[in-house]
Amino acid sequence: MTKPQQVDTQELRARYPDVFDQPASARLAMPAMIVVAFAILIYGLVDLDFSPSRFFAGLSQLGWIGLMMIPPDPGSSLPIYLKALGETLSIALLGTTLAAVFALPVSLLAARNIVPSNILRFPIRRFLDSIRGVDTLIWALVWINVVGLGPFAGVLAIAVSDFGAFGKLFSEAIEGADQKQVEGIRASGGSALHEIRFGLLPQVLPVIAGQVLYFIESNTRSATIIGIVGAGGIGLQLAEQIRVLEWQKVSFLILMILVAVAAIDFISGKLRFAIIGRRAVA
Amino acid sequence: MTVAVSILPEQQLAALNAAYSQAVARRRLRLLLGAAGFAAALVLAAIGAEVNLRTLFTYFGNFISYFDRILTLDSGQRVWTDVGEWLWGWRKWLKMLGETLLISYVGTLIGATLAFALNFFAAENTSPAPWLRFVVRRLLEFARTVPGIVFALVFVIAFGLGPMAGVLAIAIHSTGALGKLFSEIVENADMKPVEGIRSTGASWLSCMRFAIVPQVTAGYASYALLRFEINVREASVMGFVGAGGIGQELVVAIRKFYYSDVSAILLTIIVTVFIIDITTGWLRGRLFGKEART
Repeated sequence: MTKPQQVDTQELRARYPDVFDQPASARLAMPAMIVVAFAILIYGLVDLDFSPSRFFAGLSQLGWIGLMMIPPDPGSSLPIYLKALGETLSIALLGTTLAAVFALPVSLLAARNIVPSNILRFPIRRFLDSIRGVDTLIWALVWINVVGLGPFAGVLAIAVSDFGAFGKLFSEAIEGADQKQVEGIRASGGSALHEIRFGLLPQVLPVIAGQVLYFIESNTRSATIIGIVGAGGIGLQLAEQIRVLEWQKVSFLILMILVAVAAIDFISGKLRFAIIGRRAVA
Repeated sequence: MTVAVSILPEQQLAALNAAYSQAVARRRLRLLLGAAGFAAALVLAAIGAEVNLRTLFTYFGNFISYFDRILTLDSGQRVWTDVGEWLWGWRKWLKMLGETLLISYVGTLIGATLAFALNFFAAENTSPAPWLRFVVRRLLEFARTVPGIVFALVFVIAFGLGPMAGVLAIAIHSTGALGKLFSEIVENADMKPVEGIRSTGASWLSCMRFAIVPQVTAGYASYALLRFEINVREASVMGFVGAGGIGQELVVAIRKFYYSDVSAILLTIIVTVFIIDITTGWLRGRLFGKEART
């Protein structure tokens, strides 16, 4: 039987100095960060009017609301809700398509391998960034001011805010494309447009199609919320029913949204795999 | 040196050509059918969403002139000619922006903590029981699918107006989103350390603490920082439903047509989002090396 090996800590310390003798700054960095993070948290809780009594009062209120939500019941407004849901899906589909159509040419201008000039690319990139910095809900409010209340404002809001996101994603997809095929086209005497059409687009279109499908999916969610500020769709109904405290209708509407989102997820997942195969989509 | 290019016999070539053109035709047909289906869906959607091209054309001018108006001061001058007048409310707005950042910070931290507590139950390789995994996964899915602002609407009624509702809404939504991402990291973790620790007779909790957590913390922190970025945007609109932050000021300015205020507040929001994006990007680069941004 072997004897358990004696461990000579002194010798180990001498042999691996960088494991045992880390400078104090490295050892203290992690606890210091945790303390700071926690201090900000406490400050935030105080500053934002958190108090245990308020929290528990709210929780019991929430419990009551939960009880009143059961069972979900649309009352007599089921047809209205179904129409609103259709409106929401339409908003998502149209908005995303519009955004993709307008973003494709702009993304070409923002891609490094197409427009090598930094001076030209920089303003386009910043422009796309600032569009993305503004939330869809804000765009919805702006468009309501311009075209009036209704789903059309929602379509335009989704189109504008996705335009920023697509511009960035597409240009990244284009930058990631293989240059060899483009060079091949150039070597055979193709023009710049030929290079894009036959060298680049076949590579990036499947990626772009996958991203567009993914956005239609996530925009179904965005389209439900822009209704809250008056841009049509099921969010409008939801916000109204919450304001008048019709909790059974609220829970029914939330269920409807969940089911619709799950259905869209399923369909677009299938479509995505059909288009690009079993490959991860960013 | 001459190279002989072998040419196939006529019959073989014809057969191959026919097969090729058939394959191409089949692909074209499928593409055409797909495009037709998509176009039909678009037309249906256009009818459903009451899209009216004529309205768009008449109003598109308004959209452009809207930006013209929000960039004009009451005195009729451009906003950048008199910055002091344009950003007259900067004290108030900065305070509201600070509140927005605090809302997203506290919400992200609470959400990340809850997600950390739940994700081991949701991951396939570490969950103690299948039924527990099922329940936790459905819970996370619910928290993630219901939009944050819907939670905020309900919480405003339960907890009263103010930032508390916004924080809780963001916390719940972040729990759902981060819980899923965290559990995916755990599923990719190496299970050998777990086996090693279990073989010493350790409990499930010690297995998680000493075998899984050291592998996954970097990924967790990276995702949490990314979430913070997203939550800053989200918190900027929480004020629309009365849940605190700069959104409150913005919605008032937009609804009451205080044009130059709209542009000023938008500017502060965009600048803040930029700064946060750059800072967290830099922080993640420092902490975890240059990895691809998701």
